[in-house]
Amino acid sequence: MTDIIQKVKNLSIGFRSKKGEEILILKNITTNIKKGETVGIVGESGSGKSTLALAMMGYVKHGLYTIGGECQFNSSNLLKMKSKDLEKIRGRKIAMIPQNAGQALTPNLKIGYQIDEALQLHSDLDEREREKKISELLNKVRLPSPETIALRYPHELSGGQQQRVAVAMALAGTPDLLLLDEPTTGLDVTTQAHVLELLNFIAKDTGTSMVYVSHDLGAIAQVSDRIIVMYSGEIVLEGPSRDILKKPIHPYTHGLLKSIPKLSLAGLPESMPGSQPQPGTIQGGCSFFDRCNFSDDNCKNNSPKLEFLKDLNTSVRCFNYEKLVNENEVSQTVNKIKNKSLDKEILNLSEVSISYAKQKLLDQIFNRISDENPTVKDINIDIKKGETIALVGESGSGKSTILKSIAGLLRTKDGLIRFDEKRNLSSDLKGRDPNDLRIIQLIFQNPDESLNPNHTVEEIIAQPLKLYFGLKGEELKKNIIDLLQKVRLGEFYTSRYPRQLSGGEKQRVAVARAFAAKPDIILCDEVTSALDVSVQAAVLNLLQQLKEDFGTTYIFVSHDLAVVRAISDRVAVLYQGRLCEVGPSNDVYKFPSHPYTEVLLGAVLEPDPDIKPKLVAEDIVEERPPEKGCSFQGRCSRIVGDICKKEIPPWQLTDSGNAIRCHIPIKELQKQQF
Amino acid sequence: MKVDNIYKEEKKSAFAKLSEIIITMASRPSGLIGLSILVFHIILAFISPYIAPHDFKAIDPTLMLQAPSAEYWFGTDDLGRDVFTRTILGGRTALTITFFGSLIALLWGGLLGIFCGLVGGKIDDVVMRIVDAFLSIPWILAMLLIVSLLGTSTEVLIPALGFFYGKGIVRVARAATHDVIAKDFIVSARARGHSNFSIIWNEIIPNVRDAILVEGAMRWSWMLLGFSSLSFLGFGVSPPTPDWGLMISNARGLMSFAYWAVIAPIVGLSSLIIGINLTADAFAKALGIDRSTKAPV
Ligand SMILES: Nc1ncnc2c1ncn2[C@@H]1O[C@H](COP(=O)(O)OP(=O)(O)O)[C@@H](O)[C@H]1O
Ligand code: SF4
Ligand code: SF4
Ligand SMILES: [Mg+2]
Repeated sequence: MTDIIQKVKNLSIGFRSKKGEEILILKNITTNIKKGETVGIVGESGSGKSTLALAMMGYVKHGLYTIGGECQFNSSNLLKMKSKDLEKIRGRKIAMIPQNAGQALTPNLKIGYQIDEALQLHSDLDEREREKKISELLNKVRLPSPETIALRYPHELSGGQQQRVAVAMALAGTPDLLLLDEPTTGLDVTTQAHVLELLNFIAKDTGTSMVYVSHDLGAIAQVSDRIIVMYSGEIVLEGPSRDILKKPIHPYTHGLLKSIPKLSLAGLPESMPGSQPQPGTIQGGCSFFDRCNFSDDNCKNNSPKLEFLKDLNTSVRCFNYEKLVNENEVSQTVNKIKNKSLDKEILNLSEVSISYAKQKLLDQIFNRISDENPTVKDINIDIKKGETIALVGESGSGKSTILKSIAGLLRTKDGLIRFDEKRNLSSDLKGRDPNDLRIIQLIFQNPDESLNPNHTVEEIIAQPLKLYFGLKGEELKKNIIDLLQKVRLGEFYTSRYPRQLSGGEKQRVAVARAFAAKPDIILCDEVTSALDVSVQAAVLNLLQQLKEDFGTTYIFVSHDLAVVRAISDRVAVLYQGRLCEVGPSNDVYKFPSHPYTEVLLGAVLEPDPDIKPKLVAEDIVEERPPEKGCSFQGRCSRIVGDICKKEIPPWQLTDSGNAIRCHIPIKELQKQQF
Repeated sequence: MKVDNIYKEEKKSAFAKLSEIIITMASRPSGLIGLSILVFHIILAFISPYIAPHDFKAIDPTLMLQAPSAEYWFGTDDLGRDVFTRTILGGRTALTITFFGSLIALLWGGLLGIFCGLVGGKIDDVVMRIVDAFLSIPWILAMLLIVSLLGTSTEVLIPALGFFYGKGIVRVARAATHDVIAKDFIVSARARGHSNFSIIWNEIIPNVRDAILVEGAMRWSWMLLGFSSLSFLGFGVSPPTPDWGLMISNARGLMSFAYWAVIAPIVGLSSLIIGINLTADAFAKALGIDRSTKAPV
């Protein structure tokens, strides 16, 4: 058994509640990490995955304490080790890359200097050797021209490059075990795919064992040899990556895989009911009981043990796993979107440009905006009543900017926003009357930010009802309860504060508040990206249901192409504030595509070990849109020469009515993309 | 099976909330000590005129500088007045003036801070410059100037102290408002078309209130020290009204042979300041505000 590098044995970690009860965050975890393997730990927020990863380097977060068990590394228990001895191991033998590691780089120190510091700390090399090692490391993480990168400051690098530097620093001590906590979360799709590919390369090249913690099964699928699925502080399933993803024999994993939207599926995936219970709330029985489709009375009263199945080489914590063993690959039943006839125009953007540039005094006096190269330019979209149109693109592509202008929160530079075929909406709040404001409502990405923490659910939903309809007393209360029921929350939620709700529940409250205004259009800005995977599908289904009931139009902003595919009728692809492609979602997801759409589609991570991302373009980030020519010229791998740099490409229609803005003729694009 | 538990509390009345906060404050030793001291001083301020054993202004040359005895527990001062009587009465003026002074500081500091945080931009810059300029004047000099021009009446002292101690509150209120203003729930309220007043009242104030109150409580203890310094210099309470600052100032020269005349008011003043400080800290902790990070200037 010498090939085991970390042995976690009966590990329990917890905290003491205000009332003095001991509440467990990790319950009796036992697992081994072998030499050279990559283990993915997947779970929702609060499932204990980060706590487990931290324990693997002998660290227990402030406020938590070890209740029992051990983490053995080189046959010594890290959790009992003196901090002096731990220092010798951390960074040298076990290194960690936390979430947003790139942003955690010291801002005022050059990259080379920071790596040198790591080397001094974690290796015994002398100065000359270290210098060589720095460029070796930067080369290894595939940063272009290491010599120049070493002389840069962190802010001069893109998010993906910063993450690469973080990997280089972690590798400085040539660790045997690398712990990664959500290393790609928050990065753009294309960047994420590149970083994962790099990690795969490093795992093979150096033989380092990796523990990869993430909520994202798509990312886990790309790197892991083995997967551990955590739920409520327990391991519920553990086994070879392929088996877990293709034939999950635990109901939670099974439901989770079913509820993840995929590129290949048009329509909404089945949703999983409920949400993960809070630590300390489970009393006897299986922790997944509330949400399980396979449960029986036994599950209610007895908690299942983690059982090792020799022939499947898998451990599972479920009484009824046999029901799943014989099921074939996860079949995804999809709720087809009902497409109503969409012909009446509800919102029209014509020639809209938006600029963030600081205005000169003269322009301020004449109340005009002058910017030759605005952040968003030439947006023409015609939105039909009752449709869901999605805006997709990487961060910084101007999606939120456009939404803000539609909502009247940001003045446009040029162009018109027309509502209902007749009325031009001012892009300034002051220029809109209350009804103009009522017809367009917003739902934000993060309900923690969009709900006032000092208001109860009742007060939150009452706001639009009072403001727009002047409701009071009994009638107000009745309307609030009605709305809560529409978003599938019970009446007893009225007196709760946001902090007493789960992420999914909070987002439902935000949805209820938007619908309280009886709007015609709802702007959804990344509304599911802050939610747990198992909750995301439920919120998407809810939005779809409400839309069918009320005939609302959605403008749905997301960076997640699979989610967009699931919910939208039409997709508009943006790069650097310029439209690249617009069309029905079924067609946008088929070739021929705009070269940028192609890059985005290629980078999507599917929870399937057989579907590897295709890395078409570099993951560089452009600060500003180019002055002339095609917005995508800087990264386009199909660039046809000078014309792309000089002339704005024309719109071309594909056979299916998809509009693509590129100099390459459609037929040619089709051939190139086969 | 799920149970209703720690995560599921219901909305509470203001009274229930307050008593919960006080219980939380008292559950820490430092909070309990602070609260006890503060409550003791407040009660004393109310009842001292009725329990004082002697007349505080009764001068008796035959009783000058007597050491503590059964009759005069804390001894007598250089005019033969009972130190115990004067000590238990000596916090009343200071406590009253600084309490109302703090309220005024809270009001103008809080409102101006919220305003600056809300409007941002040029106006914010200019206002904060002015506040900074005032901050850089040694306040005691300015106070002396005001007091010598307008006298030492309560009507002058309360607004003057309130003004000078409000500056710090402006900073805290502004910073807290800045934090809140960036949140999506404000954007959401603006996009719905709520009035500025409604946004300030419903969205901002509930979220900055705690930070401002804690700062106000802290300022109160500083103001008490400031006011006592004024009295010490002879610009606060006028004799013969008993006041700790004044008593310390009068008896300080006699320290070497009549220590009792000076120790009693020092204990009174410092215990009150410590009491308010500890209470403010416990209050901050009970509200979940980390004073070490939110502390201004
Ligand atoms: N308040 C702002 N001031 C200046 N530039 C901004 C501001 N907000 C966004 N930007 C810039 O505008 C561009 C588009 O941003 P945004 O609309 O937020 O993109 P997305 O929502 O697609 O991620 C980015 O380059 C971003 O840096
Ligand atoms: S033990 Fe029962 S409730 Fe738990 S996952 Fe298995 S079937 Fe579902
Ligand atoms: S116009 Fe040129 S640069 Fe732009 S997408 Fe087409 S080929 Fe690429
Ligand atoms: Mg955005």
